[in-house]
This record gives sequence, structure tokens and C-alpha cells, in this order.
Amino acid sequence: MMAPPEPGSEIDGFRLGKLIHVGTMAWVYRLTGTDGPLPLIMKIPRLGAGERAINVVSFEQCRLVLGALPQGPHYPTLVAYGDVEATPYLVMEFIEGRGLIEWTRRAPIPAQEIARIGTALALALHEIHRQDVNHLDLKPTNVLFRENGKAALVDFGLSHHGHYPDLLAEEMRYPVGNWEYMSPEQIFGIRCDPRSDIFSFGALLYELATGQLPFGHPRSAKQLRSRLYSDPVPPLALVATTPPWLQEIILHCLEIDNRKRYTSASEVAMDLANPAQVALTDRASKQHRDAWIKTLFRRMSADRFIPAPCPPLAMQSSDAPIMLVAIDCMQGDEALLEALREAVRRIVAADDRYRIACATVVPPAAALTGEGEESTATGRHIKHLVMLRQWARPLELPEERLTYHVLESDKPAAALVDYATVNEVDEMLIGAPHRLASVRLFLSVAESVVRDAPCSVKVVRARA
Amino acid sequence: MKLALFADIHSNLEAITACLDHARAMGAQRYAFLGDLVGYGADPVAVLELIERHAVDGAVVLLGNHDAAAIGRPSDGLNENALAAIAWTQRQLGEKQRAFLASLPLTVRQDDILFVHASAAVPEEWTYVSGAIEAERSMQAAAAGIVFCGHVHEQMLYYMGLGGHPMPFRPVAGTPIPTARHRQWLAIVGSAGQPRDSNNAASYALADLERARLTFFRVPYDYRLAAQKIRVAGLPERLAIRLERGT
Repeated sequence: MMAPPEPGSEIDGFRLGKLIHVGTMAWVYRLTGTDGPLPLIMKIPRLGAGERAINVVSFEQCRLVLGALPQGPHYPTLVAYGDVEATPYLVMEFIEGRGLIEWTRRAPIPAQEIARIGTALALALHEIHRQDVNHLDLKPTNVLFRENGKAALVDFGLSHHGHYPDLLAEEMRYPVGNWEYMSPEQIFGIRCDPRSDIFSFGALLYELATGQLPFGHPRSAKQLRSRLYSDPVPPLALVATTPPWLQEIILHCLEIDNRKRYTSASEVAMDLANPAQVALTDRASKQHRDAWIKTLFRRMSADRFIPAPCPPLAMQSSDAPIMLVAIDCMQGDEALLEALREAVRRIVAADDRYRIACATVVPPAAALTGEGEESTATGRHIKHLVMLRQWARPLELPEERLTYHVLESDKPAAALVDYATVNEVDEMLIGAPHRLASVRLFLSVAESVVRDAPCSVKVVRARA
Repeated sequence: MKLALFADIHSNLEAITACLDHARAMGAQRYAFLGDLVGYGADPVAVLELIERHAVDGAVVLLGNHDAAAIGRPSDGLNENALAAIAWTQRQLGEKQRAFLASLPLTVRQDDILFVHASAAVPEEWTYVSGAIEAERSMQAAAAGIVFCGHVHEQMLYYMGLGGHPMPFRPVAGTPIPTARHRQWLAIVGSAGQPRDSNNAASYALADLERARLTFFRVPYDYRLAAQKIRVAGLPERLAIRLERGT
């Protein structure tokens, strides 16, 4: 087996500093004497006699994927590389930050803290998924948090990029990756589904919430396969203080069937950032694992397990475009509310793939001064949800095509723009009032929204 | 050095002109036409003249099964519409075009590249490289770092895995793919003149030989004019519809 190069030696003009990580596939060194804008590391694959063939493929894949990603906060920037034929190495940004492992070591940690770091991690995942990259090796040591709170993913050696040949595909006959966090479909070598990362993300959240791994430490392929039929013990049963919204999010991520999971990491981020708005289902209050008969049934059909096909590439298709409708029910402007509905009807009639996100912006809960049922944060939240549902009912759209969002902010324009950005909204509808009293507020909101929105904005007004 | 690769042009002057313009704008300096220059479309003479000019300047030009049929060689496996178009094409071609087609080779080898219309296994049998098994046979027979071919109209890239079996990849248009030299590759560049993947834009590929990068492109062109010419020529209606729909 080859020994790692000595610190102080030079490769292609880069001087090796301290050996900071010895992985099964590669060694990682700090680089010294570089005076560029970024602190740098060098990753050198472990090749040669006694090393596994996958190391070289993983190196190629890592180079391919990182080389294709533009500079960004959520992954290291690739600065230079040496070819496989000559001296293989990758020089990339050294990300200074705290590892997720600091949190998992302390787990269980408070739900608020999980929500905070979980949101950051989900946004990082969404950022790579948006570019058709799946990480596929999420684990505590591969997640770092920068000083500014943003999460960065490292080690793209098992990742998948939808725009490039998947060099690792043939190596996946035996499930490669971290078995503790691996999704069911990865066991079958499926690598093109971003929902696999969402599953692993759910396993991380589970660990943070309970201090335990949802599927333990599988030692054999047989134990690994048990996640095809056996659901994890609900976090509530392990940590009685687990809030229902957190259990809902975790178990939603950990659904065995990829079709039942969140479809995008941005949805998970949205839920983690707004716990009060998480739509609770039976998952939220689950106290026990599924009944044995249900598990047995799944176990019997596990041999025929067929994961749902991978979704189409994000950058090529805008399947199921999202339309955000900003609704101000409080104004009671019925003509305007109807005009908004009519606009939605026309768009939906022209393109029946549209999903409609109905949103309203309310002042933050802290700004509430009144007393009584209506003034509690949850009471008010529910009241607004009811009004949004009321508004949408005449559209007669199937429930799965509608979502409702009560955004808490004293800056309505910024809240709408943020929502549209995080959720990749394709089109936004805002209503313009006639009443003079409301016009000034509308103009200030509309101006900012039109200026800052990442998508088309359509202003709807009732015919005078 | 950038090498532009076109296949299955099928007498579609509008499509090949658009692809050539695109390739020139992308910096192409060398050209390869991987067979099936004629058949189906309404401009065989103009297309052959255009390609012959490139051949004089050093372009690689190969014979395809439709080209072979157009000069009277045996043509198994052509469907009714294809045969009707071949019969029509034969009437258009003059002595000069027939001589040019008759002069074309089945394969060309340059450095570590093999150019072939269909499978390199037995080029004259026109086997479709429609899966990993055919790709493996073609790559083995070619014994080249990279095989460029056509015949199958959809763009596809096969790369040899470490286990000695090729893996398929459907390329994303416009994304340069690093084609590392220590691996073996087989690229189906897609049909310029008769795309069939429900996208009616013409297909071609551009190889950056120094940097070992291969980019597949889709180029919109005036398919309406090409379809209209097919109708005016009295060729089967289905051939015009194919261009409009890209099917």
C-alpha cells in the first residue's frame, strides 16, 4: 500500500502542508505558501497496489462534478487538478467552519437549533439539486457550517451530475457510500434522484433529534436492506419532547417510497424555517413503528422493490411550474379577490401542470399586542390559513395542486420575493386595489416585488 | 483543434447549413460527415456539392447505407418511404455525385479516432449501435480511443467502464463533457437532417481534441422550408411530417 506523500513535498508547484484527513479513498492536505484569495487544500486519491479501483473513479467523478459547479458558498471551489494519467490531485478551497459532527456528538439537541442548522443544510442541498447534482454521501463529516451560518457540502467523490456521464454507475453493483444514512434506492445503485439526498438528510435530522441513527449501524447487505420495509422508531418515542412539526418533517424525509418524500429540498427548508406552518399528518403524532403486518407485507414485497423513476433534470424542464398568488384577504376587496381567481383560472386552463401557492403576508407574531384567541400566534395563523383556503375553494383545483402559506414579516415585498426565490416560483400574481387608501401601500410593495422578484410578476386589477 | 461531426444529413440542406454555421461560430476548424448524406430529403445534389467542397478541404466523409443504396448497392432493411426516397434520389444524381459517393470509404482512422457510419464491428452490415452490447462490439473492433458514428439518429455517448463494459449516457445539449484519454469512448453524434427524439432541432457534436472535451449540440433550423421542399418534390408526406415533428 502506498504511503501518503510527506508534508513539505511539492506537487505541480503546490507545497503540501499538514495531512488533515486520511480517508479510505484519498488523503487531504492543507497547502502552504499559497497567497491567493482562498485557503487551499489538496486531495490526493489513494491509488496503486492494495487500493480499490473505485478510488480513481471517485476522483474522476469528484473532479467532473466540482469542475462543473460555479463558485458558490455551498461547496468548495475547485482551483486546479492533475490528470489521472499523470499526477492525480484536486486543489480546492479549504472551508473553514464547524462540522455537523459537533452537533451530532451533542445530540439530542433542541428543536430550534435543529431547525436553524437544518434550514441552512436544506438550502445548500437545494442549491446543488437545482444544478442537477446529487451529493449521495451525506453524513456528519461531509457537512460544514461557515461563519455566516451557510452550510457547505464537501466530498463529492460519490456525487452524481445529471449533465455528465456517471462514471460511478458501474461501480454501484455493491452499495457504495455511507450505509447509516443511505436511501433505499441507493441500495439498488440508483443515483439520479435528488430525493435520495432528502432521505439521508432526514436520517441526519433524526440523529440530531434523538441522538440515535434511524437504522442503526448495518453490518451486512441484509441489514442494510431492512430499511426497504422496516420504518424507524418515531423520534417521539425516543425523545418525548420532540415537537410534532419536527417529527413530521423527519418522517416525511425518511419515507421508504421516494414518491412520498418531499419532492425538493427547498420545501424541507421552508418547513424547517417555518415550523408553525408545517402541515401535520399522521406522521406527526406517531408513537410506534408501523404494525408488524404492514412491515411484513413490505418485507415480502421488498424483493420486488422498484423505486419511482428519477425526476427529470431541473435545469432542462420546468415541469409543474409554480405560481405564487399574493392574497390580501384582510382588505375584504371581493372584486379583487375574484379577479385574482379569474386570472388563476385562465392560466390553469392554458397549462394544467401549474401548482398554485397561495400566500399572504402578516406582521411577525412579536408585533401582536392584543389579547384573546385571535391574537395568539397560532390562532392568527390558522385564521389566515382558513381565509386562504376559502379564497381558493371556488377554483375547484385538486388539493395536491394547491399550497397555502402564511408568511410572517413586516416587509411584505421582501417576504414574497424570498418565498419566490427559495421555492423557484415561475410566476407571481399580485392584486392591485382601487381604493385610494390601499394604493400607496400597494405601489411600494409592487415596486419592490417587480424590481427584486426572480420571476415574472403579473399585476391583477378588477375591472373598474 | 475543434472537430465538428455531422451524421445522417439525409439531403437536408437547411439543417446541414445551420449546423455548419453553428460549428464555425463555435470555432470548428475540421469537419467530419459520418455517412447517410442523402436519402429522405429533397436536396441531394446541393448537399453533396456542399460536402464535396469540404472533402476537398480535407474533411472526413464516409459512406452510409442510404448513400450505398443511392448508387445501386444492395440496401437491405430500408422501409417503404426510404426506398421511395432512394428511387427519387437516384433520378436526381448526376455522374459527378455518383462518382463522389462511390469514392467514399466505410471507415477512416486518424490518430486515436475511428470514424464510421454504423458499428465498427462489421461496417458494411450497418448494425445499429442501439445499446451497450453493440457499443461494446463496436469499441472492441475499433480499438481506438474514441469512435465517432451515426446511423442511430439520437445522440448518445458510451464510455468504457473499468470492468470493460460500456455505459450509456444521454448527453445534455451544450454541456462540454470531459472525455478523459485513459478511457475509451463511443459517440453517436445524432442526426443533422432527420432528428427523431421529438425535438426537431438538428443534431451534431463538436470535439475539442486538445482539451479532450466533447459537446453535443441541437441547432434550430428552417424545418418548414425543408418539409415544403419534400412535399413539392412529391416525396412521401410522412418524410415532411417527420421534420416538422422531429419524430
